[in-house]
Amino acid sequence: MRRDGTALVAEGDADVLVLGGGPAATWAAIAAARAGAQVTLADKGYCGTSGATASGGNNLWYVPPDAAAREESIQRFEQAGGLLTDRAWMARTLELTWAQVAQLDHWGYPFPTDADGCVRRSSLQGPEYMRLMRRQVRRAGVRILDQSPALELLADADGVVSGARGVHRQRTDAGWAVRAGAVVLATGGCAFLSGALGCNPNTGDGHLMAAELGAEMSGMEFSAAYGIAPAFGAQTKGRMYQFARYYHADGTLLDLPAGLSARLEVCRATLHGPVYARLDLAPPQIREAMRWAQPNFFLPLDKAGVDPFTDLFEIRLVLEGTVRGTGGIALAGDGCETTVPGLYAAGDAATRELVTGSRSGGGSHNGAWAMSSGTLAGRSAALFARRPVPGHGQLRAVGRAGLPGPDAEPAPADPVPPDEVIRNVQAEVLPPARNMFRTAAGLRDSVRRLDQVWTDQVPRLGPRSGRQRAREAAAMTAHARWMYAAALDRQESRGLHRRDDCPGTDPALARRLRVGGLDDVWVAAEAG
Amino acid sequence: MIEVVERSRCISCDICIQVCPTRVFDRGADGIPVIARPDSCQTCFQCEAYCPTDALFVAPLVAAVPGDSRFRDIDELTTTGLLGGYRRELGWGHGRALGARTAIGPEFPD
Repeated sequence: MRRDGTALVAEGDADVLVLGGGPAATWAAIAAARAGAQVTLADKGYCGTSGATASGGNNLWYVPPDAAAREESIQRFEQAGGLLTDRAWMARTLELTWAQVAQLDHWGYPFPTDADGCVRRSSLQGPEYMRLMRRQVRRAGVRILDQSPALELLADADGVVSGARGVHRQRTDAGWAVRAGAVVLATGGCAFLSGALGCNPNTGDGHLMAAELGAEMSGMEFSAAYGIAPAFGAQTKGRMYQFARYYHADGTLLDLPAGLSARLEVCRATLHGPVYARLDLAPPQIREAMRWAQPNFFLPLDKAGVDPFTDLFEIRLVLEGTVRGTGGIALAGDGCETTVPGLYAAGDAATRELVTGSRSGGGSHNGAWAMSSGTLAGRSAALFARRPVPGHGQLRAVGRAGLPGPDAEPAPADPVPPDEVIRNVQAEVLPPARNMFRTAAGLRDSVRRLDQVWTDQVPRLGPRSGRQRAREAAAMTAHARWMYAAALDRQESRGLHRRDDCPGTDPALARRLRVGGLDDVWVAAEAG
Repeated sequence: MIEVVERSRCISCDICIQVCPTRVFDRGADGIPVIARPDSCQTCFQCEAYCPTDALFVAPLVAAVPGDSRFRDIDELTTTGLLGGYRRELGWGHGRALGARTAIGPEFPD
């Protein structure tokens, strides 16, 4: 029995424990296993379907190993990323992505061949990719715990991360605990249960677990990523909207500026009334190819009887938060180490500011980053794990927010249901008027209310049977507070971070911001 | 949102229960999955992709539909080809060519 009265059904050891089940988690698990580690992977959902990639797919930042071509691409994205990227990380990501795509080919991923006979390897279909990754994880001898969300990390007496514990969602009141030499967090970003395609498992759980041991975040102000979806649905894949024109309810065209700001103005228009889209700009001869490229974009439209090439359909904005945004756990070294010993971060759980800066990595960089950072995190975790780890009895479970106290203290007299906390947080982060078009006054109001949620409601989260939901609620609260603390600090607009009260970009502010803390949230410019 | 578990097609393989990323299904007493937590459904269509007998239908809407909706009419869903449509496009299932093999879109600007 554990401190909260649940029976442990799986208590075990591993050299490396990977939390998460998307691309970064699977690449990490395989890399660690290849480096000789015994690996356990625990996913909140099912490794193969859970997370942002499995339901959608990835385009990849994929450039051949040609020095000039890579230099050109790095320079281009350095500018696009608001000069916040890191050249060494960009080069490393391109190199590893090239190698791992070759690995996927070798494993039999069905890459398409174009009309000229060239194999196209820069795009991966989500369900196919993640089905293959699960197969390879199993082949590598990794033990998979599906439907097994982690609740908190375990640490030894020196504060070195030495495992995690969690629950089995399909077995009521059953828990698991795995002792491990190192832990990789690949739990995804946070989309605040907005309903963005495939993103509801991504509630920032890993960030909270890391922060409880003092880990820092970076890039959290670049979290105002919104996807466009048909108003009736949840399909937030954005690429096809490059062929869209937008209309008012009366059928007149929206008056949009040319270029990059057009998309922003479409979003702004949704604040003032319904906006409709139609893929007018897709020439008829490419429409069939568009369907082949992204069947899951067309699937809900087909089901709803909407032909997006000929019918106007209403759109809405759905928050994708730090899934398509760039913020996440800051890295302390080239091996995806965090600032906490024994703890590694990869994929959307980690910051992507290093490779995509202030710009959304959703178009191609996040997919490349998942492969590369997952691989690096798995390798370095396997090396770190070659150390003696104390027995289960000597490890402390270090989770706090939303969990019962260490001595099974009595439940709070007036428990707050997790869904109430979640609604309160969503009210601050989901509305584009608040999060996409930010102002100092609006951010300060939100911060005040979010601080209140953290101090008054999170400590009273209950009932105990809802531990996982309570942890998600606490994780989302912490995430929102980091986002807005950084957003208040950055008094300019840059990339995904828009301040309507400071619309210009200030060249003096081209540096990354670190943010951290739970009870006391702090922000500081990154050194160097 | 998930609307249909078609009893006559279901083979009680439990795959949908295992693969659902948001834990929507429970196993019913008779082995047929029950939509136990419809509000948790995130309309990701993964259960449809994994169901080996096309016994599931996820409507494209994020809100539940009324009982007489065409999204609950198994005959209409079958005739219109909507049932099992995602699996067909992915090319999952015996004798099908994988959809990813032909997934070449038009070039987009970055």
